[in-house]
Amino acid sequence: MSNTLALARETLLSPAGITDHHLQQVMDKLISSQVDAADLYFQYSRLESWVLDDGIIKEGNFNLEQGAGLRAISGEKTGFAYTEELNLENLLEAADSARAISRAGQSGSIAIAGCNDLQTLYPARNPLESLPDARKIELMKQLDAEARAADPRVKQVTISLVAAHDTILVMDNEGNLAADVRPLVRCGVNVIVEQNGRREQANAGGGSRTDLHYFVEEQRGLGYAREAVRQALVNLEAVDTPAGAMTVVLGPGWPGILLHEAVGHGLEGDFNRKGLSAFSNRIGEQVASPLCTIVDDGTLPERRGSLTVDDEGTPGRNTVLIEGGILKGYMQDKFNARLMGMQTTGNGRRESYAHLPLPRMTNTYMLPGEQDPGEILGSVKNGLYAVNFAGGQVDITSGKFVFSLSEAYLIEDGKITAPVKGATLIGNGPEALTRVSMVGNDLQLDPGVGTCGKDGQSVPVGVGQPTLKVDEITVGGTAL
Amino acid sequence: MSPSIEQLEQMVADLLAEARKLGASAADAAVSSSAGLSLTVRMGETETIEHTRDQGLGITVFFGQRKGAASTTDLSPAAIREAVGKACTIAKNTSEDDCAGLADATLMAKDYPDLGLHHPWPISPDEAMQTALQAEQAARDLDPRISNSEGATLSTQSGSFIYGNSHGFVGGYPSSHHTLSCVVLSEDGDGMQRDYWYDTRRDWRKLATPESIGRQAAQRALAKLHGRQLGTRQAPVIFRADIAPGLLRGLTGAIRGHAQYRQASFLLDSLGEQIFPDWVEIREDPLIPQGLSSAPFDNEGVVTRPKSLVENGRLETYILDSYSARKLNMQTTGNAGGVRNLSINNGSMGLDEMLQEMGSGLLVTELMGQGLNPVTGDYSRGAAGFWVENGKIQYPVEEITIASNMKEMFRQLLAVGNDNDIPGSIRTGSWWIENMTIAGS
Repeated sequence: MSNTLALARETLLSPAGITDHHLQQVMDKLISSQVDAADLYFQYSRLESWVLDDGIIKEGNFNLEQGAGLRAISGEKTGFAYTEELNLENLLEAADSARAISRAGQSGSIAIAGCNDLQTLYPARNPLESLPDARKIELMKQLDAEARAADPRVKQVTISLVAAHDTILVMDNEGNLAADVRPLVRCGVNVIVEQNGRREQANAGGGSRTDLHYFVEEQRGLGYAREAVRQALVNLEAVDTPAGAMTVVLGPGWPGILLHEAVGHGLEGDFNRKGLSAFSNRIGEQVASPLCTIVDDGTLPERRGSLTVDDEGTPGRNTVLIEGGILKGYMQDKFNARLMGMQTTGNGRRESYAHLPLPRMTNTYMLPGEQDPGEILGSVKNGLYAVNFAGGQVDITSGKFVFSLSEAYLIEDGKITAPVKGATLIGNGPEALTRVSMVGNDLQLDPGVGTCGKDGQSVPVGVGQPTLKVDEITVGGTAL
Repeated sequence: MSPSIEQLEQMVADLLAEARKLGASAADAAVSSSAGLSLTVRMGETETIEHTRDQGLGITVFFGQRKGAASTTDLSPAAIREAVGKACTIAKNTSEDDCAGLADATLMAKDYPDLGLHHPWPISPDEAMQTALQAEQAARDLDPRISNSEGATLSTQSGSFIYGNSHGFVGGYPSSHHTLSCVVLSEDGDGMQRDYWYDTRRDWRKLATPESIGRQAAQRALAKLHGRQLGTRQAPVIFRADIAPGLLRGLTGAIRGHAQYRQASFLLDSLGEQIFPDWVEIREDPLIPQGLSSAPFDNEGVVTRPKSLVENGRLETYILDSYSARKLNMQTTGNAGGVRNLSINNGSMGLDEMLQEMGSGLLVTELMGQGLNPVTGDYSRGAAGFWVENGKIQYPVEEITIASNMKEMFRQLLAVGNDNDIPGSIRTGSWWIENMTIAGS
């Protein structure tokens, strides 16, 4: 961590000539007798993305983002300002704007404190430079060739390869400094297949907080290409999805998006402090079947949603949200935790220096149960086996949530039969998990492609679950 | 201090010169800068005051038929040099692409009109707070069942944008954008509901009053109380005007050149085909004064013009930038960067009359999830709204889905209402679709 901090200072502060004394000056300006909390957040991001389409390397893009966000909190009020040009003058001006929520008045000077050593969850090296450009291109061409060779019905292949390197430094009003260097890579494959005039598409991909070697190792990239083709070919055979309430078996891994939408958002601290969530004031109540234990775990090494420290400098944590079906706790940032008299849980996250931190999920998953997945499928007379999803959404107040099937099959007499077309599933958060009647022993985490949006801010997240049987959920098909 | 138009123009000129120096045969660049205020009040108190200051620069370079791009929010000379350098390095690694390049020089906008997009709002944080408070208070005062609030937000932005390319084209203009929104919760012992309303304008003087926005948010939240599920069935569906723009976006997504040449569209090769009933006319007008999506030239400097997308129900044009146009052996339609200000013609019926005509069916007022497969047109989304019988709203419904195929939905469009007074850049009334599958309990 101290190493990370040195790296962050060197990346963020030194080039702009910002010294510890300057940081103190800015913080002194930001805080006044009426300010309860304040922080300075510095960020330096580099992102590179490549697109292969139509068999050629069509696009390459480099994005540079840098700036500082300044926040002052007084009671339930927050003042916020940011600047892209890092120099003392701009920082002081931003501090002036941000503290306008309270009346001026100095409250003495703060001293910069040291910080604790923390085990980092991911390597600090720059993933943009982890492979030479020629090797990135070659990798994408290999994936393209793999997908096209997999089946003559493949008509179009698009490969995307993204590497990001994010360095942050945050200082709070007690002078505590924290820093993090976060790598993030992602690779996606989209294919379009055609058979007798019918066209279908599918996506596959993965990612992690490591570097681009991740896609070379264990042939992961090639695996995404094969997986996208497999799914697209399945879709060519898909029949109309039945409409109505039915038993649904959710496969392991990415279908954990159910947890993210059905309960995750509803357990974020801000919504609960304000009484906006269908889960507000329900700690200690049964909100899921006793088979369900759900955690939000930011401490998994190299996972897409993991954080060595969050964007307020709090170390990432493993927080139990639901244990044996009982609601145990919320996910908190410092602001909401303070107002609710709770502890922050390391869930204070922001898209960038130009956004305010909010309580957000990291990696949200359900712990495994006892059942063999085969037994779970075998127990269903008529239902749906949902293996893959495209995304979801929730209204945290009414609790209604949706998530969209991208690969699913009918279950008839305990056997998987015909594939069905994509459709939306809809349920009610506080009810859906009470209908979980079987939990598999096959916990899987998603492949590392999730992005969550809230209040216009996007952050990378992870989900996971074992195979689950939900006794009744509404399936939005067309077939009656 | 925000940079002036002249400074932005100079930055674009410098960028293009730097790209040329590094060996680029052609290049274009865009620079923008804006500043503003976003203030939220909740339960009668200020909650957040955000002073926003956004700037950014993007450059695309061509080395013959190879392309590279970069962007930065840091406009310091060092960051700009890094970005241009990276774009050039990338261009050396991308493939030769016959269709890559700037739009033709002859298509560049020349004497383009001033569309009146810039109306900065000289409002102090205190005044902004008062305005937002009025909206929230109006919502909370409407009914005791308005039990809680997510707040009211006033946001105002104003800035400038310059685009230039190595044809010698340089153009730009200042613009502003103001939004007032309110989100409240209703509750009466049987669960909570939330809903919102808003208005958004180029000219702050044209914004709906805070009171009307607050009241509408409250009315919408109250109307949702006691929602029930419907039984699974097929029925006619009316998409209320405020969610109908999503259907037009489904159309424009499918007729974009990119979707056509990749054969990733449910309206593949439909130029000249009947895709709607013959009374349907859909137009794009990028030149509407003060229009939210108005622009005198597109993201490649190409002059923009009003045009028909659909006439007599037939598809008249794809939506093309120069790249997709070359791919399809066509001419760009000046749509680099998207579609600007869409509208659909409407009949004489208001929403009440449409409900009357429909007799029984579903009025959808809210949609959830993505639910459109762009390749097949298969459509399935979470929905909420009202069940209608005998031409009258009977009760609110929730936790249902509606499904069909978008091609089918377009063909089954029975009427568009004249209730087209909705905020945003898309002008449409409510859409009445003959039949969809509703899944519920």
